[in-house]
Amino acid sequence: MSIASTAPGPISPNPARSDSAEANRSATEAGRRARRKRVALLWTARLGFAVFVIGGWQLFTTLKIVDPFFYGQPSGIWKRTVDLFENGTEFGSFWTDIFTTLKEAVFGFGIGAAAGIVLGLALGQNRFLAEVLGPYIKIVNAIPRIVLGSIFIVAFGIGVTPKVLLSAVLVFFVVFFNAFQGVREVDRNIIANVKVLGASNLHVIRHVTLPSALTWIIASLHTAFGFAIVGALVGEVLGAEHGVGLVIKTAQGSLDPDGVFAGMLVISVITLVAEFILTFVERRLLSWRPPSPSEAAAI
Amino acid sequence: MASRNQLANRPVAGAFEADASRIEVTGLTKRFLTPKGEAFTALRDVTFTVEPGQFCAVVGPTGCGKSTTLGMVSGLDRPSEGSVKVGGREVTGITQGISFMFQQDALLPWKTVVGNVEMGPIFRGLGKRQARDLARDWLRRVGLAGFEEHHPHQLSGGMRKRVAMAAALINEPKILLMDEPFGALDVQTKAIMQTELLGLWEQLRPSVLFITHDLDEAVALADRVVVMTSGPGSVKAVYDVDLPRPRGAVQEIRYEPKFLEIQHRIWESLREEVERAYARTAGVNA
Repeated sequence: MSIASTAPGPISPNPARSDSAEANRSATEAGRRARRKRVALLWTARLGFAVFVIGGWQLFTTLKIVDPFFYGQPSGIWKRTVDLFENGTEFGSFWTDIFTTLKEAVFGFGIGAAAGIVLGLALGQNRFLAEVLGPYIKIVNAIPRIVLGSIFIVAFGIGVTPKVLLSAVLVFFVVFFNAFQGVREVDRNIIANVKVLGASNLHVIRHVTLPSALTWIIASLHTAFGFAIVGALVGEVLGAEHGVGLVIKTAQGSLDPDGVFAGMLVISVITLVAEFILTFVERRLLSWRPPSPSEAAAI
Repeated sequence: MASRNQLANRPVAGAFEADASRIEVTGLTKRFLTPKGEAFTALRDVTFTVEPGQFCAVVGPTGCGKSTTLGMVSGLDRPSEGSVKVGGREVTGITQGISFMFQQDALLPWKTVVGNVEMGPIFRGLGKRQARDLARDWLRRVGLAGFEEHHPHQLSGGMRKRVAMAAALINEPKILLMDEPFGALDVQTKAIMQTELLGLWEQLRPSVLFITHDLDEAVALADRVVVMTSGPGSVKAVYDVDLPRPRGAVQEIRYEPKFLEIQHRIWESLREEVERAYARTAGVNA
């Protein structure tokens, strides 16, 4: 702009500038091509890896180098999975099992996460309370909580409740520690500033503490959902009427490794879908965050 | 204007109101307990007064307790001895009608620019709609119209400072506390921000307590300069700067003979302290 405005008289388009625009366009073009190439290579490598692992497994079991009776076989796992969906199990439709496990995990996740967030925020705010309860929380955290499943089964029977509780307990600690830490990491300057501006304690929590801790809390939710599934499955293995855990346990009892792997496969898909949803929620809630520097790639 | 008057929650009106912004610091002493369990005196017997509507700068070497003093004027911190009075009343909680500006801007990264500025009025109980209108108005005043929906990380350092300034002034504070607000800016941006601050201050005339280690900045902006010594912090001398107002562009006032004369006089006093403080830290490092 400054070049054009200071140049005397009518001028033709500056050759140097159109040159640089040309250079810029071709650089953009080259950059895009390089990126496409990289993405193609990436997916080829990923696919190749899967073929290597699953194909190797299939090959070794077919050649009887590894016994498929103990270690299963990819083709067998796939057949068993289809069979489960088509014919169900001896206890009824496979969909009922999936739905039961999902229900237990989701309820456990919700209860555990909510309790973890509330208590984490409360203890993060109140230093005295945190110091009083701190050692006890550490003690409880040191207990192998999965064993609580046995107690819950004894106390609440083999219905949905003990699995929800076990899931919630596992989820709680993950979320709690992150929420607690998140509150501790809040910028002191920001709190001082909003207090001086006239914020009440409730204002501080709503406008500062909660959004600030949210980064930590949401990061913990990814891990926490995995724990919720583990809680539900272990609860079902310990004793249940329905559930994927029960299917896995039954398969184990009848020396059917393909059945165990089929249950694992279904659970993995559920967890991946949950992960996808959580990532979406995370993007929405944390849209204010600056893009990470790696997103602008050097050409 | 009407909406702005609604916002001002000053307890008194009229001639009395002017006195409400006087800051009297008397015999202020602050001791901390070090992690080793020893008492450490950060401030000893600090006494000075900021007249209503006065721009007062505090200069001194690093670690002389300048920020500690501000914390006690704002009511965020308690003195060990002595008192701070604002408008004749002793400070016991968060002081009413003050605003703060820090070196690192205390903007909320998850709020938009307008969301950051409207916080003050919302905390004071103004409706969401009115607060937003007021915030837009203030963003126009600091030259940021069109950036309302940006997030702080999308702005330059100078622009973030403007947002912080709008957020600090929107409540029309009677006292403005500034802790090296322009310390992290480059020289050109700093000069522009200083000029803009003076412009806004001349419209609202709050009492300002402005902490800096930059003597040029202190003399260019302030009516009164308090020089502090370090270890423990105490007041060494108080200088009145009688440069005429309005002062206009900060870049130009620096070359006026009168500015240089005052600056030189204060520097004589400050240099000793800076050298002493430097010798101490250099000695520790060696």
